Amino acid sequence: MLSNAYVNTLLFGVYPYICLVVLLVGSLIRFDREPYTWKSDSSQMLRKGQLRLGSNLFHYGVIVVILGHFAGFLAPHWAVDWALDPVAHQLLAMVVGGIAGLTAIVGLSILIYRRLADPRIRLNSRKWDITITLMLWLQLLLGLLTVPLSAFHMDGGLFETLTSYVKGIVTLDGNAAALMVDVPLTYKLHILLGFTLFFVSPFTRMIHIWSGGGALAYLFRPYQIVRTPKTRAKEPVRS
Amino acid sequence: MKIRAQIAMVMNLDKCIGCHTCSVTCKQVWTSRQGMEYAWFNNVETKPGIGYPKDWENQERWQGGWKRKKNGKIVPKQGGRLSILAKIFANPHLPEIDDYYEPFTFDYEHLQKAPELPTSPVARPLSLVTGKPMEKIEWGPNWEEILGGEFDKRSKDYNFEAVQKDIYGQFENTFMMYLPRLCEHCLNPSCVASCPSGSIYKREEDGIVLIDQDKCRGWRMCVSGCPYKKIYYNWTSGKAEKCIFCYPRIEAGQPTVCSETRVGRIRYLGVLLYDADGIEAAAAVEDEQDLYEAQLKLFLDPNDPAVEAQARADGIADNWIAAAKRSPAYKMAVDWKIAFPLHPEYRTLPMVWYVPPLSPIQSHANAGAIETNGEIPDVRSLRIPVRYLANLLTAGAEEPVVTALERMLAMRIHFRQRQLGEGDGEAVLAQAGLSKAQVEDMHRYLAIANYEDRFVIPTSHREEAEDAYGLKGSCGFTFGNGCDFGPPHSTLFGGKMGRRKLNPVRPLDT
Repeated sequence: MLSNAYVNTLLFGVYPYICLVVLLVGSLIRFDREPYTWKSDSSQMLRKGQLRLGSNLFHYGVIVVILGHFAGFLAPHWAVDWALDPVAHQLLAMVVGGIAGLTAIVGLSILIYRRLADPRIRLNSRKWDITITLMLWLQLLLGLLTVPLSAFHMDGGLFETLTSYVKGIVTLDGNAAALMVDVPLTYKLHILLGFTLFFVSPFTRMIHIWSGGGALAYLFRPYQIVRTPKTRAKEPVRS
Repeated sequence: MKIRAQIAMVMNLDKCIGCHTCSVTCKQVWTSRQGMEYAWFNNVETKPGIGYPKDWENQERWQGGWKRKKNGKIVPKQGGRLSILAKIFANPHLPEIDDYYEPFTFDYEHLQKAPELPTSPVARPLSLVTGKPMEKIEWGPNWEEILGGEFDKRSKDYNFEAVQKDIYGQFENTFMMYLPRLCEHCLNPSCVASCPSGSIYKREEDGIVLIDQDKCRGWRMCVSGCPYKKIYYNWTSGKAEKCIFCYPRIEAGQPTVCSETRVGRIRYLGVLLYDADGIEAAAAVEDEQDLYEAQLKLFLDPNDPAVEAQARADGIADNWIAAAKRSPAYKMAVDWKIAFPLHPEYRTLPMVWYVPPLSPIQSHANAGAIETNGEIPDVRSLRIPVRYLANLLTAGAEEPVVTALERMLAMRIHFRQRQLGEGDGEAVLAQAGLSKAQVEDMHRYLAIANYEDRFVIPTSHREEAEDAYGLKGSCGFTFGNGCDFGPPHSTLFGGKMGRRKLNPVRPLDT
């Protein structure tokens, strides 16, 4: 069914844009209108235990995975080709992505176990907290499954197709979806779930990723912050 | 020099009776909410004891406050900026809720609904975290009340440092004191420095340290960064919360709720003018024992015309300068030197100061050989070891604490002598280094302690900050976005908390 031309265009040509718009506009609306709900929502206070290992493994792993996706898919050819041929590029992605993905999924498994098995955390979890972690776990699994699959296409051809697809989406190329027709199912599911994660992010705790990036500003600010009445006056008055 | 003003608090521990009125009123006003049941913006501890949360003074464990590097700069003890960001996913120094206590209620409903039983029904404790019955309440916000528990455990108290503590476990030698604690609204707050979102700030006009709830992302680094453990993570809202020094009341010229309701008349609120440019240097002095003096030097004499002129130039209002001249905090901290900061060695320059408590003279002294030091009984024969107080208030320097205790004793002796016609009481004053005018002032502020003398709070100038017309008819202090009241409701964003059974309260059948 996924290879039907109409469905293919819908899923890989239209759906990504719906998801991206919801991600961006939804985040913006939430940031602007519901700032009190904008948080990382940690449960560490309720139970430390396994969180330290699980959370660190997951987050550091997933950061490498995300940065790897950005760099691998969006870097223009001229920035990569002088250093890596397509085969080496794919191999690098498989090794680094595979290690980081494994780290992340181990960490996430610990976190899911903790969230479901510890009554303190289970009873204080939102439905979305559990749903989103399971979605992320599935996504990591699909991503990891593509690593052995890629081993059968070591010529870098499929890798190049996927890269062109993502670049096509980002550069608003209307024909990008056509590239996806012959891509194996695992990749398709991974991409669809990925965009779905974008779609649901504004409604879940995933918005804290934006703030994680924002927190980098901490590196460049003075330690102390003093607000004068006048700077506070500039903020909008709530009514 | 850049002069700023702060409303500082002084607590006279000599008069604290440990009634917890301050804690309870604070709780009722600010923290009797879901997610904050375990949090006490104000709590009263019995010392010696490990306190609330457990062992909070042990900064090797919690890594709160600042540390001085070899190059003379200070960084948060839990690490510099990069190190703090690296720990953002799991703060290794974050207390667990059990380090405070698992909040609980009781199953009162069972008392009404239980069927006829051979024994009377019992209301079992229910966890406010899970809503489930708790086998046993293991710890509470004031578990060590009046020396509750074993000495072995209480004696883990950090302030026993360099004190031969074993003898204080014996009944004859035991001692205790109360320590009410709230946010110190420090001049050099380490919570502000630890916040990756930059949501915590100090208000320039009155020094109150607040958390911008809309900017807080719940990274939790402030909880470990604060050495006093006075920032609490609200596990329902996912935001950090802290004592707000009742700023809506302070702005209106009223004392904080804890000060207002306190029956012992132990709290004082007054303006201190300080040199904001000197903060960094004062917090970074090499010897920990010099921190008290360094902080004292930041406070400026409001009666000095040069200070007054500079304060005016820096935008401090006339009513604030007038209040600074009558400030009880200035008198106690700077004039009489009987008030001290709590644990200055954390290098946060705290602004809630304490007058150390006197204690009974040891019994062997009563038996005839009262060790005196001239006119004044030797303060080292007081039941509470001077070193213990010094560890609490001056990073272990005993001399300032001895002077303060002597001055308080001298005041009592002076007035007793005058009352009983045993002379003019001049000799004792000379020994304690007090003038007659000073001791009469001390008596007025410490013994009589009128409301107007204890609380000298200038109203704030909100008219410079806000357009009151625009605020007219709008909602006041709320939780959540806009005018939300009541428990967090379900929204498109974030959703509702899980299936936790809430506090099972049911109206009586009529």
